[in-house]
Amino acid sequence: MKTFEIQNTKDTRSGFGEGLHELGKQNERVVALCADLIGSLKMDAFIKDYPNRFFQMGIAEANMISVAAGLTIGGHIPFTGTFANFSTGRVYDQIRQSVAYSNKNVKICASHAGLTLGEDGATHQILEDIGLMKMLPNMVVINPCDFNQTKAATIAIADYEGPVYLRFGRPTVPNFTPVDQNFEIGKAIMLNEGADVSIFATGHLVWKAIEAGHILAEKGINAEIINIHTIKPLDATAILASVAKTGCAVTAEEHQMNGGLGDSICQLFAINNPTPLEMVAVNDSFGESGTPDQLMEKYGLTANAIVEKAMKVIARKN
Amino acid sequence: MANTEQLQAISSQIRRDILRMVHAVKSGHPGGSLGCADFFTAMYFQVMKHNPSFNMDATEEDVFFLSNGHISPVFYSALARSGYFEVSELNTFRKINSRLQGHPATAEHLPGVRIASGSLGQGISVAAGAALAKKLNGDKHLVYALMGDGEIQEGQNWEAFMFAAHQKIDNLIVTIDFNGQQIDGSTQKVMGIGADIEDKMKAFGWLVLHMDGHNFESILTTMAEAKNVCGNGKPVFIMMKTEMGYPVDFMMGSHKWHGVSPNDAELENALGQLTETLGDY
Repeated sequence: MKTFEIQNTKDTRSGFGEGLHELGKQNERVVALCADLIGSLKMDAFIKDYPNRFFQMGIAEANMISVAAGLTIGGHIPFTGTFANFSTGRVYDQIRQSVAYSNKNVKICASHAGLTLGEDGATHQILEDIGLMKMLPNMVVINPCDFNQTKAATIAIADYEGPVYLRFGRPTVPNFTPVDQNFEIGKAIMLNEGADVSIFATGHLVWKAIEAGHILAEKGINAEIINIHTIKPLDATAILASVAKTGCAVTAEEHQMNGGLGDSICQLFAINNPTPLEMVAVNDSFGESGTPDQLMEKYGLTANAIVEKAMKVIARKN
Repeated sequence: MANTEQLQAISSQIRRDILRMVHAVKSGHPGGSLGCADFFTAMYFQVMKHNPSFNMDATEEDVFFLSNGHISPVFYSALARSGYFEVSELNTFRKINSRLQGHPATAEHLPGVRIASGSLGQGISVAAGAALAKKLNGDKHLVYALMGDGEIQEGQNWEAFMFAAHQKIDNLIVTIDFNGQQIDGSTQKVMGIGADIEDKMKAFGWLVLHMDGHNFESILTTMAEAKNVCGNGKPVFIMMKTEMGYPVDFMMGSHKWHGVSPNDAELENALGQLTETLGDY
C-alpha cells in the first residue's frame, strides 16, 4: 500500500478561498457573491483585492442564485458562496430554472457540507446535496478531497463553460494531494493500485479510504483506491476498468446512500457489469449535534467502516 | 420611429397571433398576453434599442426579461414580428420539437430569450444581475423586466427589490402588469397585494411611476420618463394598469381567461374584434 505524505492539515473551504483569490488575478470575468458568510467561505482575500467584483447578497439565497444567472448575461463568471444546505435545498427551483435549465455559467460553491459541519446540527448538515444537484441536467458535481485539490478544482471550473456545483467542508483534514495540481473535471484519480477490492471514495472520505487501505494491507488485502472527485460526469471508464480487475467495490462518501456517489456507481454496475458493492454512507437519517469526529464515528463514516465493508464485499465476491 | 397609429396596428396583429397560437394547441395563457400586447409592442417597436440578430450577452443594447413567463404568446409574437425569427414559426407554439416552449426557455436557442421563466418570482433577480453585468462592462444600455401582479406574492421578489435598491442598480426598469387577476380569482381576494404597493416600493427605495397599459401615449411618455430618471441611484418601478383579455369584450373583467383557450366560435368572435394588419402567420 502506497503511503502519502501529509503536508499539513487544512480545511477544504480555505482551498476554495485561495483558489478564488487566485482566479481574481487570473480572470477578470470572475465575480463572487456571498450570502452573509464571507468568513465561513474564506472569501476575504478576493474581496480585499477585487472589491468591485464582489457582491454582498445578504441572507437572501434565492435572489443570489438568480442574480448570478443574470450576471452571466454579459459574460461574467459568477461564483456564489454559502453553506451547502442553503446552496442547494433552499434554492433548488432557482438553480433548476435559472441556472441548470437555462444552462448558465454559474459556479455554486458550497461549504460546510455533510456531518463534519458539527455542532450546528442537522438543520445545517445537508447530506442530500449531491443527489439534488446530480439529478439536474447540465449540472457538473465536484467534491474534492483536501485543501490542494479544492483550490485546483476552484480554478479549473472557471475554464469550464456551464453550471457547476462545487462541494467542500469546514473541518481541517489531511492535505496530501500535490500542490498546484492540474484538476481535470470528470477524471478519477488512481491513488493505489490493487487487486482484491476497489474503494471509490469522494471528499473527506478519500483520506479515510487511504487509512482503510493500510489496515487492509496488514490483513493481506490489496485494495485499489480511487478518488472520485467528480460525481457527475462520472468516470465510468476508470470505475469499470477497476472492478474488471478486482471484482467488487466499496463506495465511501459523507452523504446519504440515496442519491450519492454509491448510488451513481450502483447504476453504472447494474447496467454495464453487475458487481458486488457495499456502501459507506449515511443510511436514510439526518445528522445531529456533536464534534465532527464523534459524528463520523456514530454514523459509520470511518476507516474501520470501510475496512468492514471491504471484508464483507470480498466475501460476497467469493 | 413608429407613431401610435402604427403601434396600434402592430398590437392588433400581435393580439391575433396570441389568440390563434393558443387556439391551435388548445392551451396557453391568452388573458395576460392580450393585456400586455400594447406594452410589448411599444417596447419592441419603439422604446428599446435592441438587435434582432440576437447575441446572448446583449452587448451594447437594451435587454428585456419576462418574469411572468406564462404570457409567452405575446413575447413570442413580439419577437417574431420585430425580426428575431420567422413569423411562420409561431405556428409551432407548444408543439413537439418546437423552439416556442409553453414557457420561455433557452434550451432550444430561440433568439430573443435569454433565460427560462415560468416558475414565478425569479425574473427581477435575473434582471438585477444582468443590470449589474452592464455596469461592470461599462455598457450604458438599460435592462427592462416585466412581472405579473399576482407574481409579487412570491417572496424572492422582495429579496430582489431590497437588493437592487441597496446596490443602487439604477439602470433597471421593472414594469408590473396590474390587471388585478390571478388563476384563483382577483389578486385582492387571493392574497391582497395591497392598494399601497406604491408605498411599499418607495419604502424599499425604488422610484415609482404609473402608466395606462392600453394607451400608447401613456406608455411612451412614461417609458421616456423612466429612462430619464435612470442613473440617479435608484431602480425604477412602473405600475402598469391593464385589463386581462383586453380588448376582446367577452374576455375582459374576470380571471377566467388566464389560462384557457378559446374554442372555434370564441376565436372567430375574438378575431372579429381585431383587425388583421400585418397578415396572419
